[in-house]
Formats: sequence, structure tokens, C-alpha cells
Amino acid sequence: MTAEIRTSDGELLSVKLKKVERRRRTTAFLLAAPLLFFIVFAYVIPIFQMLGRSIDNAEMNSFLTETHEVMQTWDGSEMPGEDVTSTFYYELKTAVENKYHGKIATRLNYEKGGFTSLIKKTSRKLKNFDENANFLDQFIDVHKKWGDIEYWQALKRGTDAYHFRKYLTTFDYEQKFDGSIERIPEKLRINVTLWLRTIFVAVGVTFCCFILAYPISHLLSILPTRYSNLLMICVLLPFWTSLLVRTSSWMVLLQKQGVLNDTLVSLGFVADESRLELMYNMTGTFIAMTQILLPFMVLPLYSVMKTISPSLMRAATSMGATPFHAFRKIYFPLTYAGISAGSILVFVLAIGYYITPALVGGAKGILISNRIAYHMQQSLDWSLATAMATVLLIAVLVVYWLYNKIVGIDNMRLG
Amino acid sequence: MNSKKSDFVKFEQVDKSYDGKELVVKGLDLDIAEGEFLTLLGPSGSGKTTTLMMLAGFETPTNGEIYFDGRPINNIPPHKRGIGMVFQNYALFPHLSVYENLAFPLKVRKVDKSEIEERINKTLKMVSLTGFENRMPAQLSGGQQQRVAVARALVFDPKLVLMDEPLGALDKNLRESMQYELKHIHESLGVTVVYVTHDQGEALTMSNRIAVFNDGKVQQLSGPNELYETPVNSFVASFIGENNTFTGTVKEIASGSAKIETDSGETIVANPIAVSSSGEKSRISLRPERVSIDPNEHLENKFTSEIREIIYHGDHTRVRVNLLGNDDFILKVPNASSDLKLNVGDKLDLGWSSHDCRALDY
Repeated sequence: MTAEIRTSDGELLSVKLKKVERRRRTTAFLLAAPLLFFIVFAYVIPIFQMLGRSIDNAEMNSFLTETHEVMQTWDGSEMPGEDVTSTFYYELKTAVENKYHGKIATRLNYEKGGFTSLIKKTSRKLKNFDENANFLDQFIDVHKKWGDIEYWQALKRGTDAYHFRKYLTTFDYEQKFDGSIERIPEKLRINVTLWLRTIFVAVGVTFCCFILAYPISHLLSILPTRYSNLLMICVLLPFWTSLLVRTSSWMVLLQKQGVLNDTLVSLGFVADESRLELMYNMTGTFIAMTQILLPFMVLPLYSVMKTISPSLMRAATSMGATPFHAFRKIYFPLTYAGISAGSILVFVLAIGYYITPALVGGAKGILISNRIAYHMQQSLDWSLATAMATVLLIAVLVVYWLYNKIVGIDNMRLG
Repeated sequence: MNSKKSDFVKFEQVDKSYDGKELVVKGLDLDIAEGEFLTLLGPSGSGKTTTLMMLAGFETPTNGEIYFDGRPINNIPPHKRGIGMVFQNYALFPHLSVYENLAFPLKVRKVDKSEIEERINKTLKMVSLTGFENRMPAQLSGGQQQRVAVARALVFDPKLVLMDEPLGALDKNLRESMQYELKHIHESLGVTVVYVTHDQGEALTMSNRIAVFNDGKVQQLSGPNELYETPVNSFVASFIGENNTFTGTVKEIASGSAKIETDSGETIVANPIAVSSSGEKSRISLRPERVSIDPNEHLENKFTSEIREIIYHGDHTRVRVNLLGNDDFILKVPNASSDLKLNVGDKLDLGWSSHDCRALDY
């Protein structure tokens, strides 16, 4: 049966319905449009641009385009021929004339240490070169490092338009000039330690928040409104206080001569000469982050618990279940949605947390986000910073994906 | 069968206060017989639900003792009392299927698997829900959820089942059919049921006895017809069924009849229930259906009224008249007597026997 249903003015019902729906959808879109544009231009596009930097080397490639092309035929097993060295000479000369040889030096230095001074010295001596003589010999005369084939290999690799070596660095691996991938020397390994520590802290803080938030959320959900509102304000008050202020307050509390240590000493729990190290280590990061992220666990838990009728627990006990059994079989399973929503929120926020570990974490308590900031602000290795940020972003997306698979994003309740 | 205990459940001088200022339940003495369907009926705030919650163990009496099957139970937690309960909003476990809901009390009691299945099948059959085992509560209609809740309270064979306004959320037709169904279940199982409701029709339909609560006290405890026909005080009279009242003062009192002068100055002959001496103030209660229109037989009370309003109700017509200064005197006229022509403003002669007209407390 394919009988066409028409509206009373003779239009096809399906067509008419679409028309009516379209107007509604347009209205909905227009309402969302300003925010959408803002997010796309101020958030999504800049993020992808930054992420592109982790593999992008186009600028370097444009500085030394010809050298890069000529070098494609060089297999890197022995010293490069005159075609390579001469092209490099002319392009470096152009660079010096246009004053961007500094950038080349910095960029090549990431590939192999010593390039900065090498390029600078070579640039100064470039005008003394005899353009009819052997270029390689003249380069070696300027600086004996040019005699080391690894510098030429680094030059070849450093002018690729794209590369993925920063992702290796992110996990403490490196690509040798012969193409093999190896772990970097043990004393230089830091990133893997930081990743593991970040995950450990994020999981640990999530767990601590859960343990602390569960009872208080339950209390909030069963108290009469006038008390629960007051308690809710106590929970939310820190939420409305600046993050920086809260973290600084923790510094006041936790430092060696701080409030907490003073109290413990005056109560006689701790001797004056052995005051607890609560700050500039993992303990500090843990305590402060748990306190700061607690509301994110309380709110979803509370909103879910609020909907659980107290008669369910009564029903369970009237049927002979002990209060504990009733809690385990009835109440607890009904709070899964809140637990998962709270956990994912706290975990995702914790895994990228920056200010708190930076201020109270010290060397032993910093996280991967602090390392990213270090590469952005101090080492200026933006490629590495963005590679790390990309890995972090992917990790968070994977967590969301898993959450959606297991719990379903529709079940998330955020208060 | 051994003889049924008449004090299967016993409340002895039970008081309950939540805030230490007001008593919600005052000096409650109540015996509930084994196998009985007893309803606690009353307006909201009358203490009926509190009484039920004390029996279930969710509230503790402030004073007094409750006995269940001869044992004092004040210090026994709810999960050890073995009392089934049906809650107002069913309280089905939303994350468990119908089968798992019913299995819950049995698993707690460590009943073995085959018996669990047998009992659940039997109970579901009783509430005509066979085939719904794997549904989740949210997939059931209100009436079906209600049946599951009843089945769950009965599946572990408790000796006592408490029901807290279990039909309150259902629509009228469903509520009526569920009333009969609950009544039949009670009759076939012989289980003792304590039922809380504020709906008098429900109470009258289902109960063996009804305890009318008001102001924390049992006002009257008796069978449904006794309660309706012979209310002992004006609260019960006005709470149960429809009721016309006059207020007045006792002028003359003899055994079985009293002359009462109403506030409008007329004299009504009434049945003295709660008055004992002349000069007392009294409220006279009269059921609308006990009033005869155009009475030709001999009746002690005959008066003329004026029709104020006529309201058609399908099977009967309600006529509001002014009688002896009472502007809200209601008559129920069956529509079978359609030959009766009624118009607003007409005069209507009314009469009733002194026996049906009860002089109660003021």
C-alpha cells in the first residue's frame, strides 16, 4: 500500500510536514547560531591550528626548499655530494641576507644539539666562501661539526614538511638518524613518568572525590530543604571562589610553617623538627585537587540521589533486607548514573589540571599539563607542546567514547 | 485451623510525636484480629499513616508498645518484622525486572531457586500478570505496577500486609476494579491486611472493620455499615458519606428520643446518641437518603422546604433546599421517579423518622 496521504489543502503530507518542520529547525538553529559561531571561531579552529603545529614543519621546509629536494636523492650513508652542499650554501646565503637564519638554527637545534652555534658561526663566515671551490671542505673548515654526517642527516630530516617525531618524544622515544626507533637515555626520560603520574593523580582524585562526595550527597538528598540548601551552599561556596584564591589558600594551610602543621605540632601529634611535607609534592596536589574538584562529583550524585524515592529503601527493608543489603542491591545501583557522570567530569578535569599542581605540586607533584606549559612558555618547543596536548585530547575523547559505550551519554546528569 | 487471634496486632497506649510539641498519635489502643482487613481511614494529618509506619517499623512510638503476634516489636528493626508492605507510589525497584522485584524478598530469605520460580509464578498468576516477568517497571501501566507491588508484598507469605494508600495514583475505574481484586486476594489468602486510605468509598468497599482517625485518635472502630448507619460522633457522621446537619439545644430527653430546638427555633425529634441531658448543645445528623419527599406515612418530623438548586447526577438528582434555616440541606432523588416535577423556588414537604436523625456532640 503506497496510498498518498494529502493534507486538506491538497499538498502531500510528507512534503507539508517537512516544510513545517524546516521552519522550526531554522528557528532552533538561529537561536544556537551566535554561540555556535563563537565556539567555532574562538575555540575549535584555534585548537585545530595549534594541534597542526605538532606535525607541521612547512615554514622550515619553505626556507630550505631546494636543499630539501636535492637531499631526497642522498641516501645518508656517506657524506653528501656537492649538489647538496652547494644548494645549501646558496639557500643559507639567502637566509642570512633576509635575516631568518636564526629561525633555521633554532629549529635545527631540536633535531640535533649544537646546530645553533653551528649555523650562527657558518652564517658569519659565509661571505668568505669561494663559490668555485669544494663547498663541503669549506663548511668543514668553518666548523668541524660539518664533518660529522649526523648534522647533514639532521638537516635532511629537519626540512621535511611534515613529521611525527614529536609524538615519539611525547612518550620518551626517539628516531635515530638510521630510522630506528629507540627509547631515549634513561636519565632524560620524563614524559612517561609524567603521563603515568597524571593518570594516577586523575584516577586517585576521582576516587577520593567519590569517597568524600557520596555520603555528603546522600545527606543533601535526604535532608529537609532548609538544611540541604545551607549545606549545598557550603559545598558550592568554593565553586564560586576563584581557583587561584583557593589554591593559594591551600598553600597557606599546607606549607611547613602553615596552619595545618602548626595545629598538629601544638596538639603534639607531630614534633616541631619533623613537620609534615604536605606541599611541593604529590600529597599537596592530591589534597588541593580533591577539594577543588569535589563539587563536580557532588552535583551529579546529588541530582541522581534526589530522584531516588526513600520508599525504595523502606520497601527493601520491609521485605527483609538488612539496611546494608538494601543499600548494595537497591540504592547503590540506582546511583550509577550519578557516579559515572561525576567520575568522568572529575577525571577529565583532573587529567588536564594545571594551576593547582603548578602552585602546590613542586617538582614531584607536577603533571603533564605543567610540562605542556613549560614547552609553550620556556623551551618554546611548540611542536612538542601541541603533540602532548593532542595526546591528552585524544585520551579524553577515548574516555568519553568509552563512557558513551558503557553508560550512554544520555544517562549523564549534571545537576 | 487453629483459632484466630483477636489481638494479632495490638497497639497499647501508643503516642507519637515528631517535634516534641504536638502529638500526631494520641494514646492509641487498637487490636487487629488475625485474617482481618482493617482500614485506617481519616483526613490527611490525622495520624493514620504514622500509625502504619510505626507498625512497619519505620517510625518508633514515642510512648507505648506495639505487639505483633504476641511479641513486643518496638525494638525490632523493620527487616526483621516480616511484614509485607505496599507503598503509595508502589516503590518498585526501577532497575530490576518484574521477576527480580518479586525475587528480592525471597533471595533475601535464601529460598532456593526452583522454589523462588514456583512462588513467583503462583503470585503473578494471582494478580493476573503471568507473562510480564521480564518487563521493567517503567514498561508497565499504573495498574500493572500496582499489581506487581501487591504481588511483591505477598510473595514471601507474610502474616501481615500493610498498604499505604496503594490505589491513590490510579484513575477512578481502575481504582474500583483494583478494590474488588484486593478484596478477593485478601479473602482467598486469609492474610491480615492493614490498609490506609483517605477515600471512604474504598474503605467501605473493602474492609471488615474501619478505624476512623482524626486528630491523632480513633474516633470510631466498627464495620462499614455500622459506621455509615450509626456514627458515634459528628466527625464520623460528616466524614463518612453525605450528611445534613442542624445545630440546636436539647429541650427534653427520654429513652430513645430527644426534642431539640434548632437555632432557627423549630423542634426536631431526634435519636439521642451523644447527648444525655437537656440544655446540652447538639449537632443533629441526617443522611440525605433517609428523608422522604411528600411524606404520607406518620413521621415525627415533617417540615416544608424551598428548592434552591437542582443538580442532575445521572442515576439520581440532588436537590439543594432551604430547610429550617439550613440553606445546604441536600436531598437525593432517584431518577426513576421522573414523574416528580421539580423547579427552583417550589415548596417541598419533607419528613423523616426520629430514629434516623442522630443527635451527636456539638
